[in-house]
Amino acid sequence: MATADWNPLGDVYFKKNELYAMGWSDMIDLDKFTVAAAPYGGPIALYRDDSKTARVQVSTKPIITVFTAAGNQISQMRWSSGQVVKMGWSNTEDLLCVQDDGMVLSYDMFLNFKRMFGMGQEAKDVKVLDCEIFNSFQGTGIAVLTSTYRIFIINSVDDPRIRRLAEVPGLQSAPSSWAVLNLDRQSRALVAKGNELFLIDHGGQYQNQTPQTNTEVKEYIKMALSFNNKFLALYTDSGVILICSSDLQKVYCEFNTKTEACPHQLMWCGIGAVVAMWGTLMVVVGPQKDWIRYNFESPAHLVQEMDGTRIISNYQHEFLHKVPEVTEHIFKIGSMEPGAMLYEASREFHKGSQKADEYIRMIKDKLEVAVNQCIKAAGFEIETDKQKALLRAATFGKCFLTDYSPETFVNMCQMLRVINQVRHHKIGIPITYTQLEHLSMAVMIDRLVLRKMFHLAIKLCQYLKIPDQEGASRILAHWACYKVKQKNEDDETIARAVAQKLGDTPGVSYCDIASQALECGRTDLAIRLLDFEPRAAQQVPLLMKMSKDQLALSKAIESGDTDLVYTVLLKLKNDMKDGDFFMAIRNMPIAYSLFIQYCRHQNPQMMEDLYYQEDNFVEEANCKVVKSFDDERLEDRCETLKQAMNCYARAKNEFAVKQTDDQIKLLKYQRRMEEEFNRPYMDLSLHQTIYRLIVENSHKPAEQLRKEFKVPERRYWWLRMHALGEAGEWAELERFSKSKKPPVGLEAFVEVCSKHKNVAEAMKYIARVQQDQKVKCLLKIGQKKSAAEAAFENHSEEELNLVLQKCGAADKQLVENIRAMKQQLGGRR
Amino acid sequence: MSAAGHLSTGKINLSLLRDFYRRELLESLDRCSGTKALVWDDALTGAFGLIAEYSLLKEHEVEKMFPLRSSGLPPSNVQNIIFVTRPKLSLMEQIAQNLLQEEQKGGFRKDYHIIFVPRRSLLCDKKLKEMGVYGTITNFEEFQLSLIPFDSDLLSMEMESSFRECYLENDFTSMHYAAQSLMTLQALYGIIPNICGKGDCAKHIVDMMLRMRRELGGREPQITPQIDNLLILDRNVDLLTPLLSQLTYEGLIDEMFGINNTSVKLPPEKFQTGNQQQEDPQGVSSEPKKVILNSLDELYADLRDKNFNAVGSIVSKKAKVITAEFDERHTAKTVSEMKQFVSKLPHLQQVRASLSTHTSIAELVKEATDTDEFMDSLRCQQEFINGVDTDKIHPYIEDCMGRQEPINKVLRLVCIQSFCNNGLKPKVLDHYKREIIQTYGYEHMVTLMNIEKAGLLRPHGNRSYPAIRKSMRLIVDDVNEQNPHDIAYVYSGFAPLSARLVQYYARPGWRSITEVLNLLPGPTVEEIQQIPVALRKRRSSIGSTHSSTGEQKVTLVFFLGGVTYAEIAALRFLAQQDDGGTDYLIATTKVISGTSFLKSIAEELSAVKMNPF
Repeated sequence: MATADWNPLGDVYFKKNELYAMGWSDMIDLDKFTVAAAPYGGPIALYRDDSKTARVQVSTKPIITVFTAAGNQISQMRWSSGQVVKMGWSNTEDLLCVQDDGMVLSYDMFLNFKRMFGMGQEAKDVKVLDCEIFNSFQGTGIAVLTSTYRIFIINSVDDPRIRRLAEVPGLQSAPSSWAVLNLDRQSRALVAKGNELFLIDHGGQYQNQTPQTNTEVKEYIKMALSFNNKFLALYTDSGVILICSSDLQKVYCEFNTKTEACPHQLMWCGIGAVVAMWGTLMVVVGPQKDWIRYNFESPAHLVQEMDGTRIISNYQHEFLHKVPEVTEHIFKIGSMEPGAMLYEASREFHKGSQKADEYIRMIKDKLEVAVNQCIKAAGFEIETDKQKALLRAATFGKCFLTDYSPETFVNMCQMLRVINQVRHHKIGIPITYTQLEHLSMAVMIDRLVLRKMFHLAIKLCQYLKIPDQEGASRILAHWACYKVKQKNEDDETIARAVAQKLGDTPGVSYCDIASQALECGRTDLAIRLLDFEPRAAQQVPLLMKMSKDQLALSKAIESGDTDLVYTVLLKLKNDMKDGDFFMAIRNMPIAYSLFIQYCRHQNPQMMEDLYYQEDNFVEEANCKVVKSFDDERLEDRCETLKQAMNCYARAKNEFAVKQTDDQIKLLKYQRRMEEEFNRPYMDLSLHQTIYRLIVENSHKPAEQLRKEFKVPERRYWWLRMHALGEAGEWAELERFSKSKKPPVGLEAFVEVCSKHKNVAEAMKYIARVQQDQKVKCLLKIGQKKSAAEAAFENHSEEELNLVLQKCGAADKQLVENIRAMKQQLGGRR
Repeated sequence: MSAAGHLSTGKINLSLLRDFYRRELLESLDRCSGTKALVWDDALTGAFGLIAEYSLLKEHEVEKMFPLRSSGLPPSNVQNIIFVTRPKLSLMEQIAQNLLQEEQKGGFRKDYHIIFVPRRSLLCDKKLKEMGVYGTITNFEEFQLSLIPFDSDLLSMEMESSFRECYLENDFTSMHYAAQSLMTLQALYGIIPNICGKGDCAKHIVDMMLRMRRELGGREPQITPQIDNLLILDRNVDLLTPLLSQLTYEGLIDEMFGINNTSVKLPPEKFQTGNQQQEDPQGVSSEPKKVILNSLDELYADLRDKNFNAVGSIVSKKAKVITAEFDERHTAKTVSEMKQFVSKLPHLQQVRASLSTHTSIAELVKEATDTDEFMDSLRCQQEFINGVDTDKIHPYIEDCMGRQEPINKVLRLVCIQSFCNNGLKPKVLDHYKREIIQTYGYEHMVTLMNIEKAGLLRPHGNRSYPAIRKSMRLIVDDVNEQNPHDIAYVYSGFAPLSARLVQYYARPGWRSITEVLNLLPGPTVEEIQQIPVALRKRRSSIGSTHSSTGEQKVTLVFFLGGVTYAEIAALRFLAQQDDGGTDYLIATTKVISGTSFLKSIAEELSAVKMNPF
């Protein structure tokens, strides 16, 4: 009978399932231990302090042992720190041990020390009386009550920021009970002082909140908050359990247990009932004053879950929970719900009975509801047989539906597969469907990784088809980090094993693995692993941290990221002597030229030195040339240029030697002439110098310079023409034009005249110009009409067109004339 | 966003990229709360103008904008001062000076921030520490603005010194930026399956890209690739083209007036209309006229890539059409006809305004192209590229020097000659160099060295130019400038090698020109990036560039070291060809002209005033 183990509590039922037979049976007597079990089927920590229980004073240190929820030992250690007030688990399954001096030590479940922090100076000075580890909106929080009756609180163990809560007015002795209340993204404490309750927050505010009760209350000696922080259970000195809303505005129920003994544990079972435990006696109290009583053979420990309560005893691990509504619908005796009918139909069908058809007919139009009910109910079952039976019923019902989406069914099958797998006693995570949905699959996978069950985690990801970046490769990276910590294997084996497994899996950060290795002091392994890292920006800094600078440099160069190269270069330069540094980089052309580039902007002298060291004479000379332009004194400049010249000579660049030599000579000439004529010539080019001299009518030195520097004939003609033009020496210009046959043609003279707008002079030369150049020259000085005539004389239509092109709107008459001429020419042909 | 409407008209929607930048920028700004003043590195203002307009910045509490000057900041009462700067050491010095001066002034306490574009660098941090202001700065941000969308098919990084750094100084920082910018593009438009490149830097970038993809480790966006091919070309594969005078409308504007971040400043005289003069009693304003040149302006979109000789006829045709349309108002009789006319009016007026602007610009350009200097220089260039008289000292170059024409013109011609002659005879080369130094001064010594180092000028070497010219059909004799049939129209008879390479890449493929590729400097790289099957484009025909469905492929052509407007025009021309089958998206480190290109290589030297004692 499915309902045999159901216990009615008012109009609902409660049910207790066995999860595991404890692996520790016969070895552990829970009575002797302090128990801390993590929610969501997490590990159980047992703390045994013999010094307290032993009849004779012994000096043995306490022992902490961590078990899986199935009672299999994970790890054990001897506690060598101070007095532990409280143990608990964080939401990342780290064991938190709070000492009486307010120090919090955190360990992973393998009891590897992770870190520690304090709860403030005051807690340290006056000692901690009591402690509460709670779920805050930021993660896991810790609150301590000091012997001065002050409460200090942190909201997250990952980011411990200590806050002091307001003081309860007139509190002279330790509060009879207290709890941390987490609502509206704020953590407050509810403190009982006699028959008064105070809600205190870290803003220094307190609120006196006393619930309206029918019975008289002297003291509240125990309190328990529901998983969702919405409900509160209070236990009074007279043995009354009050069930109310957490803001104390509503009292739902007052239940008199008729015992005055304070229960060892008081907590919620889901949100439907309160469980109180006295040694081997457990009472479940419902909101309607209904109750169920359970007796145990040995004392048990309760763990509050969101959908029930786990009961851990010496031999068994059980789960007490309300029978879900949907399960009730299906299995309750005499239920006429569609789900129940379908379940029956399926059973009959498998028996080969025709009754199946009858049942189906009865729920024909409600079949979809029936299927959904069966699927949902399967999720709540703990025994696999029942899950299967329900799922079988669901598939059976599905056959009669034409357009039923299989998604819910498939998802449920997958979820159950995962849940059953992790519930296996070897894994020992007795998680329920509701809890897993709340926790999310990603966290579940993380928890497997925390337990170093890499293989299962990866299989799980593959089964659920989670993309590799979020699933398999992340797990592999964790595995690798764990692997590098194994001291008993040599670097080569580990590196090979890691590389083999991870390969080119996308999304794996070899850098993280390498820094893990580095933390363990395995530099060589880290270097090997870093070789697999594709991201240079991650790789290079780590290599530098290991002072593998040369390697870092070549990796940086490979990446093409110049900023990375500079990062290494400048560190090298800092760490090394200049000489060594230069030697180190000279074999790396990219690094070398980048360093030169740096010097170009920051330290030109060093750039020059580098070129000198490299026997790169041309560049060295160029540096000197550039530098020479900054010399203010002629002697200095000539000296620098002379040095440059020597460098050019060493580079066998004869051309540059000659030019530099000429430049020195020119500078000296210019200085001499400046003194002589009292006019500035410095920094003019040779051409400009001669030009100025001619314009200024100093023909003799001009001639001298021309000879000295061998200015070619053709350019000299241009130079002299233009200079004479500018000086307005028209007579001299004409004489020059007649001195011999101009190498540049007479047109050039026209050009010069036109440049200085001397039409009359220009005409002189045009007369001497060859016939075929005449039109062009005339146009140059703007004589369009004459040009047209000349073109006509040449019988050249092309030239006429040229003139025509130059004609604007003002030349209407001329345009007509030219048209006429063109016609005439055309006519002749 | 109307100001950027032209970006979304191409095959690849570049306004996506612009939006991405805007988001990033605003996030950076919003990270510091309170009123802000932005202090700008001059080189960035133009680019940022294309990304975010002032009104948008104002919405994010930007109250003031200053240029970065070493003289210090003008007084202001904002809570935050944000320096927006490239990671250059000289700029860090200026920022440090600003900060030190502010500290001395004291007064109202401000927070100081630096936004580095595109990346923060260690050297800058170090410099700021050395100057003792590192601690003063509250916050360092990075804003990865690299490829700036100029137009629906054009992206530029606007890094003018990229070529110089790579080829003269062996500093490949800009290539790293370029590779990163390509990763950004891939993040937005999907992984580009085929990569091809020519040249050392191209190889470098491809290596970095593949590496960066590995570093992403599978965390790449799942987008179906929108860009099919990436073709990376080093500028040094074709150094000749940028030296020649561009003959397209846009190219000429750039050569003459310099286009910066798609806008150009022009002498104002031509733009004074009668009305304006009346309104403005001071007469001619001396402020240069700023014109924005992009495809938002329909007429300009039509004109920019045309050979300049074709511009006049298009403008006049357009003018006639517009006049005719305006005349419709006389024929409009009924109310509905009037209404129709009125609804067209804003558009007509816009076109008319644009017509008048471009008539003026065309006049300005024509004035310059009609000069003897321009025509003679062009003639000389044409002779060189045709291989005429390239082995001798050219009298025209000599005359230019004699006339003391701008040194850049002379350098350009000499370099062209050097290319077309496969290098110059030592005697000729030395003569030119000596002449340049005598004429323009010894300060050009280092510039000449740089030019030689960059390979623009070299002694006689392998005879590769005639072979390339022949097999790549660089010379096209019968170009129709009005209705071109070949890309050669952009240089009136000369097809840019770079554009030819792109053309051959699309069809028939580079395998057919292996010999030519071997003659060009640097390695040829080819890579295929694997793409998850689910993301692959479904194609009816695999392996042929010309798909039978008529769907065009998109090729991103990345010019490292710069690209000219004429080359861009050539690629746009290729994209428009019916048989092309390929659409081009053009990216570059900088849009260059011959002048700006040579300037970036030159060593600016000027002597300090000599102490007379």
